[in-house]
Amino acid sequence: MQYLPNIFFALALALGLGFFAMNIRKLSRNIKLGKDVNRKDRKSERLKNMMMIALGQSKMVKRPFSGFLHIIVYVGFIIINIEVLEIIIDGLFGTHRVFQGLLGDGFYGFLIGTFEVLAALVFVAVVIFWLRRNVSNIKRFLSKEMKGWPKNDGNNILYFEMVLMTLFLVMNAADPIFQQAGIGNPISQFIVPLFDGFSPEAIHMIERSAWWVHILGILVFLNYLYYSKHLHILLAFPNTYFANLNPKGQFNNLESVTNEVKLMMDPDADPYAMPAEGAEETVPEKFGASDVTDLNWVQLLNAYTCTECGRCTSSCPANLTGKELSPRKIMMDTRDRIEEVGRNIDANKGTFVDDGKQLLNDYISPEELWACTSCNACVEECPVNIDPLSIILDMRRYLVMEESAAPQELNMMMTNIENNGAPWQYNQQDRLNWVNEE
Amino acid sequence: MNVPTMADMMAQGKQPEVLFWVGAAGSYDDRAKKISRAFVKILHQANVDFAVLGTEESSTGDAAKRAGNEFLFQMQAMMNIEVLNGYEIKKIVTCDPHSFNTLKNEYPGLGGKYEVFHHTQFIQNLISEGRLKIDDTTLKGKRVTFHDPCYLGRANDVYESPRNLIKRLGVNLTEMKRHKSTALCCGAGGAQMFKDAEKGDKEINVLRTEDALETKPNIIATGCPYCNTMMTDGIKFKEKESEVLVKDIAELIAEANNL
Repeated sequence: MQYLPNIFFALALALGLGFFAMNIRKLSRNIKLGKDVNRKDRKSERLKNMMMIALGQSKMVKRPFSGFLHIIVYVGFIIINIEVLEIIIDGLFGTHRVFQGLLGDGFYGFLIGTFEVLAALVFVAVVIFWLRRNVSNIKRFLSKEMKGWPKNDGNNILYFEMVLMTLFLVMNAADPIFQQAGIGNPISQFIVPLFDGFSPEAIHMIERSAWWVHILGILVFLNYLYYSKHLHILLAFPNTYFANLNPKGQFNNLESVTNEVKLMMDPDADPYAMPAEGAEETVPEKFGASDVTDLNWVQLLNAYTCTECGRCTSSCPANLTGKELSPRKIMMDTRDRIEEVGRNIDANKGTFVDDGKQLLNDYISPEELWACTSCNACVEECPVNIDPLSIILDMRRYLVMEESAAPQELNMMMTNIENNGAPWQYNQQDRLNWVNEE
Repeated sequence: MNVPTMADMMAQGKQPEVLFWVGAAGSYDDRAKKISRAFVKILHQANVDFAVLGTEESSTGDAAKRAGNEFLFQMQAMMNIEVLNGYEIKKIVTCDPHSFNTLKNEYPGLGGKYEVFHHTQFIQNLISEGRLKIDDTTLKGKRVTFHDPCYLGRANDVYESPRNLIKRLGVNLTEMKRHKSTALCCGAGGAQMFKDAEKGDKEINVLRTEDALETKPNIIATGCPYCNTMMTDGIKFKEKESEVLVKDIAELIAEANNL
């Protein structure tokens, strides 16, 4: 009977980690539905980016206030998780504060003391985050796409963190032996008076409850990630590693187009030649993207990494002037659609069954796509190097090359380029007239 | 104005030091043609041996590519590359950040590998090589703010060469709140130049002009013919034409040096 809590703990741990692993496999499967793109080159630059941007938070602090608060929560989160290791060992083997004996009172006290201070700081930072989201009039948290689930999701994460930090401190406060030792309790000592007059049994109950709810809460939170924008705490690392390293202005040249253009311009090509053997069976590659599976896997990883902070949208010239386009919404739509495709595959025994929907029109409208100035402000702003512009461009490519659905004025511009080598209707022979016009 | 073409050069068996890629705006747009001429005057003053393609130059395809027409872009690119490689061009300078970006970043993958400079970078090199001096007395005391073109700044991380040149004019450079990597687009990029904006509550160029006007400038300096158009229109919209000038850095240098 005395092993019952240990067995229960082991089961809870296995269930929590197992369910998480299952979802991570699903996540990875969904990302791999994207097209291939080579991001295995320039490994040292990639590593450096990951260290600077994800680990070092270098782009977060460009907005100093929220950046500073975020670093507190981030550092707190990572460091306090060392404590989770102790909790797991204690839970599995029925020990109590196993590290205290191993590390000695002095060092253990220092560690737990640090955790307590961080927990208090995280709590304060999270409260400020909540106020920013719910009370302050910060435009990027009030956009259209932030209604409903995205707003609740943001708040849920903050509530989780408030509760977990409180439980950690209560757990320490309700541990009389730990308190009497007087080591590592710089914050929890102030909670102790709340339990004045409580029986030792009641205090022990509080300590055990806080301990259990804390670790179970962590397991629930871990599994909440997959359903939440909070996935960024994991995916920021691969996302910054695999991000584009070329100049931001460089858009990829579509290889499928290169082949066709070369053939068109080759004077030796025979227009009446028989198609090569087997050519009829190969479906010609689609130009651009109308659905998530036309995007590459890095673009899909981007979508899962987005934490909907809205720095992109708050710097987007189209959005700032009241247009429909919001780069954050592009990323949220992409994630919602790839999730929908993933669920479809799960429901149909591993194959996708056409659901009559796609990313274009059902999620992202042409009006949003055509409002983009390709200025790269969103790409520059993203604290984890997400590239909404590449998705916008791929979808424009589909609109133009597969559907001939560019706005009329752009069609005229393109006709002019084709006919006279300039976006306006001028004679190619007048191209040098500017020299003598003074 | 003496502007030799590559065909002329070839006929004389000569190879110029650099090709001046004029671009569609610089060739046809009345306002941008002035920038082309100002830049040529600077090239003459520094005794730069240059040439243009003239009627053999065609659209880089930048606007078509950003509009999503990769076919048209690659056709233009391959045609231009054939001409450029035919003349064995090694070095290109242009006043248009869009041409700069496309030639520098997107042509190499299609077989066009050149050393490409924005005119502010090129002029800065002329100064550091001692081939050009900027008179810092003509415009002394003017308040100047610089609008970063997206395709020069964020797209290619060129922020300093335009600013270094402006400082050499002896003027007071005052930065807008949004500048360098956080600069706001003028509203012309991504083929927007050639279409009306989508429904919204404001034009982007007006918002950007307001950014500039906050610095109380005498001159808004630009480094892109399209930004120039957008900012000029913004100033007209704000009815400030009599107080604030919109000028390309090449024009300011030509003016400072009385060219």
